[in-house]
Amino acid sequence: MNKKLRSFNSPTFLAYALIAPAAIYILLIVAWPVLETIRLSFTNSSLAGEDYVGFENYEKMLSSKKFNKIVTRTFVWMFFSVSLKLIIGLIGAILLNANLRGRSMFRVLIMPPWVVPIAIGMLGWLWLYNGYFGIIAGVGMHTGILDGPFGFLAYKQSAFISTIVADVWVGTPMVTVFFLAAMQGVPRDLYEAAYCDGASRWDRFFKITLPQITPVIITMSILSAIWTFNSFEIIWILTEGGPRGATTTLIIDTYKQALGNYKFGRGAARAVVVMILLTLFAGFYLALLARINKKISHG
Amino acid sequence: MNKYKLYEKIILYFSITIFLIFILLPFVEMFYASLRPLDHLFRSPYQFFSDDLSFWAYREMWNTVPMLPRYIFNSFFLASVTSLITLLFVIPAAYSYARFNFPFKNSSLYILLAINMFSGAVLLIPLYKVLRTFGLLNTYQAMIVPGVAFLIPTAIWLLKSYFEKIPVDLEEAAFVDGASRVQILRHIIAPLSTPGLVVVGIYAFIGAYAQQFLFAITFNQKKEYMPIPSGLYEFIGYTTVKWNEMMAASLVGIAPVLILFIFLQKYIVEGLTSGAVKN
Repeated sequence: MNKKLRSFNSPTFLAYALIAPAAIYILLIVAWPVLETIRLSFTNSSLAGEDYVGFENYEKMLSSKKFNKIVTRTFVWMFFSVSLKLIIGLIGAILLNANLRGRSMFRVLIMPPWVVPIAIGMLGWLWLYNGYFGIIAGVGMHTGILDGPFGFLAYKQSAFISTIVADVWVGTPMVTVFFLAAMQGVPRDLYEAAYCDGASRWDRFFKITLPQITPVIITMSILSAIWTFNSFEIIWILTEGGPRGATTTLIIDTYKQALGNYKFGRGAARAVVVMILLTLFAGFYLALLARINKKISHG
Repeated sequence: MNKYKLYEKIILYFSITIFLIFILLPFVEMFYASLRPLDHLFRSPYQFFSDDLSFWAYREMWNTVPMLPRYIFNSFFLASVTSLITLLFVIPAAYSYARFNFPFKNSSLYILLAINMFSGAVLLIPLYKVLRTFGLLNTYQAMIVPGVAFLIPTAIWLLKSYFEKIPVDLEEAAFVDGASRVQILRHIIAPLSTPGLVVVGIYAFIGAYAQQFLFAITFNQKKEYMPIPSGLYEFIGYTTVKWNEMMAASLVGIAPVLILFIFLQKYIVEGLTSGAVKN
């Protein structure tokens, strides 16, 4: 390659100059607020002003039984939601990957929950969960499973489950689409060879498809864990964290403290906990991604 | 390869039907509710059939929520401006990532990925204070400024992969022949990357349309700036929720995005999954 071309391909200054606007924007709107949140967590900031209070917010938060319950609840909620998304997503991808008539239409039909604003999808779920007039309670009453109206969002346990179901509903299409794309990326000759060797459909799935898409399954489970952990709108719209705190996850609690009570300092301490956990997830994800990439590039 | 036997086909179609019912039930119920008179909706236990279905709610909703046209306009306006600004920031950055080698290239790309993992909900406190300091609370900017920031990372990744598909030889040849960078941009990059730009723009538009809740309820209390989702929650404030009209208004609100998506889903899905699946 001649000198001129080399200078064309690595003009460091130009490269940085082109990235600068986006980088500065993100630094201002994302990175700086992260630092500011950390600072605020050591103050008693409210609308009235702020004073430095050291670790008081953290001490109060960590010693409160309520907070510990919220953390546990967040992980239980996440565990069920993510597992269901992955299982249903995998089954959905297998179904949509089947060579059937109408499959391209099915693939479009599963996407609305992903595309439609969550806030609007949740209006649908609010109506479905309505204890008197909703279809779920209705079917329950007609079949005799329920002996009267049942507000799914009004009781602790059913509200917990209902918010998980709605969250799974929002998250499953994307998981399905990614699994499906991964399945279609599996080289066809692998299947043809296995078919010639007389492998059953079952064998072909477990011995070819599943190992081949494992990297995508792992990536999606971490990504999906992160998004689920961040899930705010779904719970906020359906229950606002209630009844009696039964669906209050870390994100909801952070929001309530900060913008419900305008206790910015306490909210910020919770936000810092959320960020630490997210950083752990993200680090895990990136490390894994790097490993998978390395594996691929080394053969 | 081998065909499905009849019973296998039946099982597959049956399972797909169940899957689709789970996915589509809320929308079907929303649509059905929008067609039924309010007193039919308010019958318990739930009735599966109504005899006088009509589009009455689609007319009446404009009277119940006089600001509805404004909300719809706001949603479009916010999503359009947000996606355009996103593109302005993303195009040069994505081009740079696709073409040049420079220190910290890979690590900064991964940092972008990591930013995607922070939801706006965590950063609301400082954002609230910043917007308050600059007097931007209760304005359009209060929703646009944070909105753009959370769309930039994915948009850069998407557009980068489009730019990478344009053969670099074309540019190199033009450069050796003495074309300036500006000329290359205008005559080679711009025309070849139009499809990619459209897809990324639409991705940003849909994303901006979908994110209009959290920032809208937190940073804006003024009705005249509310987008559809937060505006619609006004319905819920009424003593009896007019569910049929609320559903009608929601469906009208999401129709444009859905239509847009259905036409372009192939490209968007390809773009979004290509990175993840190849990696």
